[in-house]
Amino acid sequence: MAAYPRTTEATGVLGWIDERFPILETWKAHMSEYYAPKNFNVWYYFGVLAMLVLVIQIVSGIFLTMHYKPDSELAFASVEYIMRDVPGGWFIRYMHSTGASAFFIVVYFHMFRGLMYGSYKGKRELVWLIGMALYLALMAEAFMGYMLPWGQMSFWGAQVIINLFQTIPVVGDSLSVWIRGDFVISDPTLNRLFAFHVAAVPLILVALVFVHIVALHTVGSNNPDGIEIKALKDDKGVPLDGIPFHPYYTVHDIPAIVVFLMAFFAIIFFMPEMGGYFLEHANFEPANPLKTPVHIAPVWYFTPFYTILRAVTLSPFMGTLAMFGAIIMLFLLPWLDRNPIKSWRYRNTAHMLNLAIFAAVFMILGYLGVKPVTPELKELGVRMTEIYFLFFIVIFAHSNSEKVGRYLVWFLVLAAAIVAIDFYRANPEDAESYGQIWWQMIWPIAYLAMTLLLPFLMRGCNAEKAVPERVTS
Amino acid sequence: MSDSDSNTVNKGRRRMLIAATSVVGAAGTAAFATPLLISWMPSERAKAAGAPVEANISKIEPGQLVRVIWRGKPIWLVRRTDQMIKDLPSNDAMLKDPTSSVETQQPAYTKNAIRSRKPEMLVLIGICTHLGCSPTYRPELAPADLGAAWKGGWYCPCHGSRFDLAGRVFKNVPAPTNLVIPPHYYKTDDLLLIGEDGGAA
Repeated sequence: MAAYPRTTEATGVLGWIDERFPILETWKAHMSEYYAPKNFNVWYYFGVLAMLVLVIQIVSGIFLTMHYKPDSELAFASVEYIMRDVPGGWFIRYMHSTGASAFFIVVYFHMFRGLMYGSYKGKRELVWLIGMALYLALMAEAFMGYMLPWGQMSFWGAQVIINLFQTIPVVGDSLSVWIRGDFVISDPTLNRLFAFHVAAVPLILVALVFVHIVALHTVGSNNPDGIEIKALKDDKGVPLDGIPFHPYYTVHDIPAIVVFLMAFFAIIFFMPEMGGYFLEHANFEPANPLKTPVHIAPVWYFTPFYTILRAVTLSPFMGTLAMFGAIIMLFLLPWLDRNPIKSWRYRNTAHMLNLAIFAAVFMILGYLGVKPVTPELKELGVRMTEIYFLFFIVIFAHSNSEKVGRYLVWFLVLAAAIVAIDFYRANPEDAESYGQIWWQMIWPIAYLAMTLLLPFLMRGCNAEKAVPERVTS
Repeated sequence: MSDSDSNTVNKGRRRMLIAATSVVGAAGTAAFATPLLISWMPSERAKAAGAPVEANISKIEPGQLVRVIWRGKPIWLVRRTDQMIKDLPSNDAMLKDPTSSVETQQPAYTKNAIRSRKPEMLVLIGICTHLGCSPTYRPELAPADLGAAWKGGWYCPCHGSRFDLAGRVFKNVPAPTNLVIPPHYYKTDDLLLIGEDGGAA
């Protein structure tokens, strides 16, 4: 920090401000002299898009609260009032409801980008952790927002989520009563979740976005090659492969924002309910505590975790643990993937397969979450859950590609664990699910074979490439 | 006290002061948080809404399910047919707890093979013991989606738990225990009171 009085090269109003507030310094550090790698590809648009959606949600949300009533008697009707009677109300609400889904779409791409290019490595663990905290806060925000229209899905979704806390041994009952403020989901529950949705969690989200970016700008952005551009600088201290964020990336991001907004408004104008995935049909019925809708599923962005919850039938608490565990595992990623190579471009084929299968499994889990449970799909859900968790062990096993023998050991240990669990849960009297268990064993075993046996048997699939010194293209 | 004395930092005293200030600060924070946290407990108004309810069962047809509300929860009243009761033992091998051994799930007077006080009348809290959805009544035999062994019962649309026509939970489903039977007694042959045992508990 400069000595008192602060000196500034700026004059006029800007100079007056800069003597009293580090405005130029901040602008330089984060915009005009923040050097970002020059090889960003399309995957790097999703961060800025997430910020754009956050702004859309905050602005449209503020205007919705001017017409919405957080009262179990009035809430449903006030949402219909916004849709029918408030001038332009439908547009504000559809922006907000479409924005919720859009938020998760861009965030899931943003997170997968981090997986592909190892953006949680090289002192970027904190960037990843803050990002995961953001993801968690976003899920809480979305869940509470979905409750506010007080339709059937709002009510029964809240019932299930709050009862997750009831499954905790000993304190569960009192904890869930405390959260609800009643013995059943009712007016106090709606009122307090409204307070969280419009005040507490948005503040947390904005604060976390701020520290996410401060942490990122401290260590510098990763890139598709996973090269530290700060390692090679010219004589002025500017990274050779870096370009100033402003004007290069600010301008570069504008077309992406335009394309995104085209899709965003196309959805708002032509299919705001997205066939029941963005706004579920059952939520157009007022909440009825006596009747659960026949087909109930959470909104699409929660369905992968919902399938994991359904798949673990050991006890309700174990199901809850598995569901939250699935998120906690993501937090641990920087310490599980210990391979020094960041980008998957230079990792072995088995690692690329591992990431691709993980993305596919996440989508299958999501698909299963909107489907009713049949013995076949239930078993598929269990198998996909197994692969979801195996992913974190396999990515750890891939940390060192030189010890090929360890792949075989990991394969045998993990496959044995899968089979042991199958013997534990198979019940010959339940013929239908018994048959499903044995034939669907192929999924986790095939997964382990592709990610562990393959690099063990075929040298080519275990070969890591040399990371270049400078970024490519 | 000389000048040099006043310039020497007494680290022990400073640590003690920091510790004491922290403790007072933490106590203040806890005191401030207490009213905020207890404000989340059920209000007096919510606690007052828990009286027993009466239901007339004379109009319930065999096989029919009727819902009443007790403490904000759905209560199911089902008049089971003779065939339904006859089919119950055939489920036993597929159930987690066929003998209703978990004491908290029913009053002692319904801890029998068909879980009822009046044999044909089943009284249940219609809330899944997994995560609180209200399962769907599926009295039909062997529908396509529930499999050939289905003898009638409830299917939970939320997470796929299944219960038979005595509210007993099947194996390999997320729900851990049988559906709860609320305290109830028959004031007369047709008049059911839910929420009290009638002194026969």
